[in-house]
Amino acid sequence: MQKQQRMFDIERWQEIFETIGKNKLRTFLTGLSVASGIFILVILLGFSSGIQKGVKSQFEQDAANRVSVRTRTTTKSYKGLNPGRKIQLRNADFTEINNKYENELEYKTAIYNMWGSQVTYNGETGNYRLEGASPDQQWIENASLVQGRFLSQDDMDETRKVAIIGNIIKKDLFKGKDPIGEIISIFGVNFKVVGVYSDPGGDREEGRVFVPLPTSQIAFNGGDRVRSLAYTVKMSDDFDEAVAMSVALSENMEQHIKAKYSVHPEDRSAVRVSNTLEEAKKIYSLIAVIRNVFWFIGIFTIIAGVVGVSNIMLIIVKERTKEIGIRKAIGALPSSIVALILQEAIFITAVAGFIGLFLGVGLLQIISPMVDNDFIKSPQVDFNTAITTVFILIAAGALAGYIPARRAARIKPIDALRDD
Amino acid sequence: MIEISDLHKSYQMGNNSLHVLKGINFKVKEGEMVSIMGSSGSGKSTLLNILGMLDEADLGSYALDGTPIKNLNEKVAARYRNKFLGFVFQSFNLINYKSALDNVAMPLYYQGTKRAERTEKAMHYLEKVGLAQWATHLPSELSGGQKQRVAIARALASDPKVLLADEPTGALDTTTSYEVMELIQNINDEGKTIILVTHEDDIAHMTKRIVNLKDGIIIDDSTVTQIRADEARAKATAHV
Repeated sequence: MQKQQRMFDIERWQEIFETIGKNKLRTFLTGLSVASGIFILVILLGFSSGIQKGVKSQFEQDAANRVSVRTRTTTKSYKGLNPGRKIQLRNADFTEINNKYENELEYKTAIYNMWGSQVTYNGETGNYRLEGASPDQQWIENASLVQGRFLSQDDMDETRKVAIIGNIIKKDLFKGKDPIGEIISIFGVNFKVVGVYSDPGGDREEGRVFVPLPTSQIAFNGGDRVRSLAYTVKMSDDFDEAVAMSVALSENMEQHIKAKYSVHPEDRSAVRVSNTLEEAKKIYSLIAVIRNVFWFIGIFTIIAGVVGVSNIMLIIVKERTKEIGIRKAIGALPSSIVALILQEAIFITAVAGFIGLFLGVGLLQIISPMVDNDFIKSPQVDFNTAITTVFILIAAGALAGYIPARRAARIKPIDALRDD
Repeated sequence: MIEISDLHKSYQMGNNSLHVLKGINFKVKEGEMVSIMGSSGSGKSTLLNILGMLDEADLGSYALDGTPIKNLNEKVAARYRNKFLGFVFQSFNLINYKSALDNVAMPLYYQGTKRAERTEKAMHYLEKVGLAQWATHLPSELSGGQKQRVAIARALASDPKVLLADEPTGALDTTTSYEVMELIQNINDEGKTIILVTHEDDIAHMTKRIVNLKDGIIIDDSTVTQIRADEARAKATAHV
């Protein structure tokens, strides 16, 4: 005889729309707190993922497991030697370190570089960085070939005058023309272009010309001097283990070079060995912290919204005490009263939640292309995450509605109908 | 129809226990029209609430249409109320954001009646109380007498065994009171059992039996000659 309690009871929906229609302002204010909660969460999550993407792309410009060695002048006196002494790496150092750490190292190159080298093709001139390197440079730099080939061992052995140019140089100097096989002049020395590369680091990383290391040393008066050494470390499957290995290796290399050139062990500027992996780990844990903080703030914003809904529903129940009493007097089951209040709470939360979600996603869509920052890249939410949060919200809405609904169901008709 | 024996009810007021009903014995046959009278504090409202299953007695037994009303959980109480009883209150207690028709249809909704049938039935009862043309109006657009007629239509809509009216004319002027009583008398004429609580003598005499309550016990229970409300109204208007 009694009506089944169904979610899609059209009659009850009509009742809910009726009450909402009668209390537009109240419903609007309740919805606003929920909508802004979800809106803020979406924006926060969007930026958190934007930061993640931005920082990750910063690391992608070079191999993640890169270790590089650079030297400058000493700043501390050591073993009777004065500070201000220039430490110069040479080909021999490269060979020595290669042999010593053969088991730990994967790709290796020594680099002889010249900043602001004048590169000319067909009357067009630009200033770019020249790097004399070995074929392994491609993997250490995380560069991918667009055209032609990269440096080869033969180029090195025969000191060929060949060059690999970055995408941006091709664009600047060749104006859409195929550069392969063309001759460019670097400080008046002719090189044949054999390849074009691109780099995830973008324009800055692509404004370089790679030539064989021995060629650069001969052509530009380098002798056996090298500017820096770059390696990648053999990766272990375990990230933490790889970081530890990479840190230990850099420390050993630093000690080795410092000992060889009689540099004070504490002199941090004379010999510097940096490893990307350690940096990456720091940044990744920073990202994780940011992400957690954003979630934390977002969740508490939603809790505030939910408490708001719960509060408003309690007021609604109080306001409707008499009406609920009448309903019970004429035969409403407690469960139908619970369903009435609960459904209204869930409905308001869900609709407001979706509005907040779409506004948040919409705003991110609009501002996403405008964000021009190396560390924030296209802030957007993963749609699944957003939907998950909305369902969390609906569940929370049900929870928020439950207490007021129980209270409504406990209303005694006799108390509600007593004339005050 | 109604059988009550040795009914007791106390209320706890702080440390004091207030003994409101002190052993009520009371029977109502089908088709009767009974008024319960008494000064305030006599226990008449408490008795009506127990009759209406809005409240439960501490001691004694109560049977409605042969069904013992005892230890009801809320769910069963709600079902019995819907099935057995129609309520009319002093302050009408209509739902103010629903039209007259929707108010009348409410008990049918809780019975699980389909919408079309519900509207048809509700309309039938609105016609019966003479308010068919007011069906779409909100309670705020109706006069006190009209509101009480809507409430009566609502009480009748579920076709209850007994109509319980708590001071149905308490908020109305004399002429309107008599109009409402005329309607209630007509309903009784059709065979519906009616119990009404009042403290007005003239209203009580429009029923067929008066039960007088004082300090929680029945001091008098006697059949009276029913005064027809339409005649009383004619007389009252003639005086003016």
